[in-house]
Amino acid sequence: MAGRAGSGAGMVEGSRWHKWVFFHVPLTVFVVGTLFPFYWMLVTAFRPDGELYRPWRAVNNTPFWTTQPTLEHAIYLFKQTMFATWLWNTMFIALLSTLISLFCGLLAGYALARLRFPLAGGLGTGIFVTYLVPPTLLFIPLANIIRDFRLGDTSWSLILTYPTFLIPFCTWLLMGYFKTIPKELEECARIDGATRVRAMIQIIFPIATPGILSAGIFAFTLSWNEFIYALVFLSSPQQKTVPVGVVSELIRGDVFFWGPLMAGALLGSIPVALIYSFFVEHYVAGLTGAVKG
Amino acid sequence: MAQVMMKDLNKKYDEVHAVKDVNLHIRDKEFIVLVGPSGCGKSTTLRMVAGLEEITAGEITIGDRIVNDLPPKDRDIAMVFQNYALYPHMTVYDNMAFGLKMRKFPKAEIAKRVGDAAEILGIQELLKRKPRQLSGGQRQRVAVGRAIVRHPQVFLFDEPLSNLDAKLRVQMRVELKRLHERLETTAIYVTHDQVEAMTLGDRVVVMKDGWIQQVGEPLELYGKPANRFVAGFIGSPSMNFVDVTVADAGGALWVETAGLRVKVPPASAGRLGAYKSQHVTLGIRPEDLRVASGSDSADYSFDTVVEVVEPLGSEILLDLKAGPNVIVARVDPTVRVKHSDKMRLALHSERVHFFDNKTELAI
Repeated sequence: MAGRAGSGAGMVEGSRWHKWVFFHVPLTVFVVGTLFPFYWMLVTAFRPDGELYRPWRAVNNTPFWTTQPTLEHAIYLFKQTMFATWLWNTMFIALLSTLISLFCGLLAGYALARLRFPLAGGLGTGIFVTYLVPPTLLFIPLANIIRDFRLGDTSWSLILTYPTFLIPFCTWLLMGYFKTIPKELEECARIDGATRVRAMIQIIFPIATPGILSAGIFAFTLSWNEFIYALVFLSSPQQKTVPVGVVSELIRGDVFFWGPLMAGALLGSIPVALIYSFFVEHYVAGLTGAVKG
Repeated sequence: MAQVMMKDLNKKYDEVHAVKDVNLHIRDKEFIVLVGPSGCGKSTTLRMVAGLEEITAGEITIGDRIVNDLPPKDRDIAMVFQNYALYPHMTVYDNMAFGLKMRKFPKAEIAKRVGDAAEILGIQELLKRKPRQLSGGQRQRVAVGRAIVRHPQVFLFDEPLSNLDAKLRVQMRVELKRLHERLETTAIYVTHDQVEAMTLGDRVVVMKDGWIQQVGEPLELYGKPANRFVAGFIGSPSMNFVDVTVADAGGALWVETAGLRVKVPPASAGRLGAYKSQHVTLGIRPEDLRVASGSDSADYSFDTVVEVVEPLGSEILLDLKAGPNVIVARVDPTVRVKHSDKMRLALHSERVHFFDNKTELAI
């Protein structure tokens, strides 16, 4: 619409009007709608309690910004709760489960994309179907298994259950990516003197870096933000992850500690935001899958 | 330097029998071309030699080793692919050095070999570039370079020129031929282009539906095709085929059909005797027809009507009708004719071919 060449002035006016209605306005609504909760979180995290609980109609109420930014909520988090431990737990669990899932996903994705073996198609679909089973159902049998293995209330309960949804995800993303890489590349490497494993590591994996990075980032984010399994499997405060810890320790009955809650959410989202900003280009390339010889 | 032997080679996929009983002896230093329409099994055969496809039955020998169970890396071969298959994350130098590094050659030797190959192919200036910064022709050179640095026993080419434009293809074809004369390494080359096959091959193997149709030197295939398929596949424009009946008249054999009646040349008369009053296929190449002049015998000429005139500059292609039969003739550029002109054509009597209608074999 925007690029249409008009023959008269009216035409140009018309297309500008169109551009506003169908492009600028919806985009603005979308951007504001998406970013406002984050903005609210940011403001609340730095707002002193006095301002937070001020009545809405008070003369000096400034709901959308703060006049006296403070770090008291963040300090409270680290001094009065086990937030540092939760951060460490979350990081440890997310990293390990991502590594496990990437390792399995790489091998499975490669095998499904490249090797000819009986039932390959069925296996691929089967893996995908497991991804479709919702965690809200799966946590019940998984809780039994975790109990039988005596892993309840340990980080390992999550490190071993997160791959149940991360591996299918990584496998499918990487399988798709591997399929975009011409198979002649590794055939050539194998003729050049590499074994299949070596060709995979030296030729295919470097080319698949964008795909591997996006699978890793996505897996890391999913485990970082995961809530249900963490809520069910962990009970003692020193074992909790950030999402569960913040919600369970800072909401007591019907009392919401809004300041520390938002400070926790903010601090909890910083690592993910950092990772995305570092790898955003690879991430996009990974999802669109492009190898140009 | 090695010979390659294929013995009763077969390849079956689940439902497709892609290669059937291929027997082929490729001599040391020979440049052999496998040619045929797509799906004829030529690429599969090559890939079995490379070790990229498992052999269903039969045996492949390279040098004096049976390689059936050897992985590709141990067969001492190098392959050039249609899409070049350059490693996109490596420089041209690293692409060419990869095979040598895998085989743990010393650094100095690698540098020397890559340098030599780059010089032969004229790509010294490109060594530090990445493949995406190269044109199609340059990529193809790098792919060839990567194959020759290894000094393998056998070169395998899988339609290496198909992705190049027509002009570049002709140029690279000449370069490949020159390269082979210089390196004297056994080469197996797969193509669907009969011109490439004829110009490059010391010998050419024509395949169809998994069977070898004929093996021979280019001019042998052209002059003495073993069957109707080879006759039609080799040569451009392709051979004219006319369904005719063999008749005995006045003590000599004739072949005839509506609009066409010619005497069987003495050289073929003996073999055609067994086909009296049966149908056979008469084959004449367009270049073996000419405008009849007074000195041409009436036994070897017939009347036609011009349908289409295609002046190509160096020659003129005529689509003619002899009765209901469409015939293409390649005539001198000085011939002046137009649509629906009548014309008498003479044929080169030693160069007519006859094929059995049932077996399609040459008679």
